[in-house]
This record gives sequence, structure tokens and C-alpha cells, in this order.
Amino acid sequence: MKRRLLLAIPLLLFIALAALLYRGLSLDPSSRDSALLARDFPAFSLSSLEDPEASLDASLLEGEVTLVNVWGEWCPTCKQEMPQLLDLAARGVRLVGVDYKDSREKGRAFLEEFGNPFEVNLFDPEGELGFELGVYGAPETFLVDADGVIRYHHTGYITPEDVTETIMPEVRKWQ
Amino acid sequence: MAMTATASPSATLLAARRCLGFTLLAALLLSLLMGLCAEPVRAAVEVRDFDSPVTAERYRSLTGALRCPKCQNQAIGDSNSPVAKDMRERVAALLREGRSDREIQDFMVARFGDYVLYNPRLEDRTLLLWGLPATLVLLGGVLVALIVRRRRRASARELSADERARLDALLNRPPDASGDH
Repeated sequence: MKRRLLLAIPLLLFIALAALLYRGLSLDPSSRDSALLARDFPAFSLSSLEDPEASLDASLLEGEVTLVNVWGEWCPTCKQEMPQLLDLAARGVRLVGVDYKDSREKGRAFLEEFGNPFEVNLFDPEGELGFELGVYGAPETFLVDADGVIRYHHTGYITPEDVTETIMPEVRKWQ
Repeated sequence: MAMTATASPSATLLAARRCLGFTLLAALLLSLLMGLCAEPVRAAVEVRDFDSPVTAERYRSLTGALRCPKCQNQAIGDSNSPVAKDMRERVAALLREGRSDREIQDFMVARFGDYVLYNPRLEDRTLLLWGLPATLVLLGGVLVALIVRRRRRASARELSADERARLDALLNRPPDASGDH
């Protein structure tokens, strides 16, 4: 009987490995935790999309829980995401945009067409702030707490379900 | 295939020639396709001047070992994605500043995470990753050694009383009972 059990070990190992690999099949390889979680929002000095003369830095994000959304006129998913961001703004969440690798004209036209849920938009034509944030494709969204620490990161499209099921609970958690 | 044996010699020759033609055509198409596929990879690499061939070589090895965060499996040196281009530019700039390879890797990991390292570091968190293969090989070796030892002991053990009795019976058989010779 003991020998029989020993013979089953390879089968059990195989089943465990198969279960592990099967789970891997359904994971999204492009979504992974940001390296910046639990770290300060990177320092920056940028103008705003609205005002080329403005000089904004990381102190902009202190004092209130803020959702920072990296977008660009060239990014189709950002357009689909706008209704969800407007919904978040309507729920009282403070949003700051980062207009990433874009031109002022195109960025402004985008907001006119799809709505502007942002309190202010940082203008990042060279993608410097995006690089510091480890952005590898827009849209990406970061939740920053009142002390300016990054608490949550969302890669890619925010679905209407994400708003109620993930993002709003995260916002409340850090408020 | 049995049909070819009865076919005339000229038909066989024709078939062979046609076969050769197809093979050549396929080879030509394949080489054309390969040329097309190689094109974007070549286009991704900018020309960069470094003050020394050593730095140029370090640039090549760094961009070959840093993984593009946007792509599933491409080094930043091979990728056309915008983020890979930005990262290559940053690697070149940091090299010109005189930073070490380790510092440049740290710089990228701080922004894009461990994902960008094709060669994961040996740390507390990666202990399982690095340790598991070695542990499994060791475990397998121990298992094989145990099995071999047990087999050897099994073959060298003394005969049981039963077996000895059977052996004696066989050896002490009267000669006339062994019918076959």
C-alpha cells in the first residue's frame, strides 16, 4: 500500500504543475504592479496644458487623495476611458491628467471633444514624467495619497466595473 | 508509392525535376520572408557614438539584457516600441555620465520594476527562483543514489531458506531426470 502511494507522487506533481500552468494561461501578462507602489510620486517641474507659463511640481499632489491619469490624444483607449474618468470626477474624486507625448493643440482639442474631468493637466511632451513613472503605454492611472505617496496603479483601460469595484474602494481606503 | 515502381523512367525523372523545382521555389520564398522579418529589427537600432569601444560594447550588452516593458519578450535593443527607444536613449545618456552597469540597471528597475531584468538578481525574493532548480537536481540525485543502493543490496542479499531448498533440489537432481541431453 505504501508503495502504491509512492507511485502516485509523479502523478500528483504533474497535476500540481498543470494546475499552475493552467492558471498562468488566464493571467494578463501586461498587467503587473508598478515599481513605484508605496513610494513618493517622482519629482517634476512641468507647465500645464492649459497654461504654458505655469510651473507645477509634486507639491500639487499633496493634501488630497488624487488620481493621476496619463493620457494622450494619440491613444485610442484613452478616448474610450474618458466617460469613466468623468464618472469618477462626478463622484468627487480629484483627478490630475498628464498629457503624455502630445502637442498642446491636439491635447486641448481632445479635452474639448471628450470632456475634461481633470483639475489640471500636466503637459509632458517629451515624456519625462512618464518615464519617471515607468509608464510604458497610455492610459495608466496612479492613485496618490494625501502625502504624495503612490498607493495604487492601474495599467490600461478602466472599465465601468473597475470604477465601482476597484478604484472607488481604493480611493476611500486612502482618504 | 507502389505505383512508382511500374512508372516509366522518364516519368520518374520528370517527377524528380518537379520536386526539385518546388524545393528551390520554397527556399527562395522563405529567404525573402526572413529578409522581410529582419527589417524592423535592424531599423530599431540607432547609430550612437561613444568615446570608447568599451562603452559602445557596454551599451550593446545593456540594451541586450534589459527587457522592453511594453513587449512580452524583446530586449530594448531589439524593440521598436516608443518606451524601448526612450530607455535606449537613457542608457546612452547614463553611460556618457559615467554611471556603472549596476547603477543603470538599478535606475531602470526603480522605474519599470524587476520585469526589465532578463537576468534576475539573487535576492531574498528571488531565492525560490534560483534555488528551486538546484534543489530539484540535488533531490533527484539523492533519489537516484538511494534507488541504486537499494538495487545493489537487493541483488547481493543471501538466498532465503525457500530459495536455497529449490536451488539444492535443482543441483542435486539425478542425471537421468534431465531428459533433454
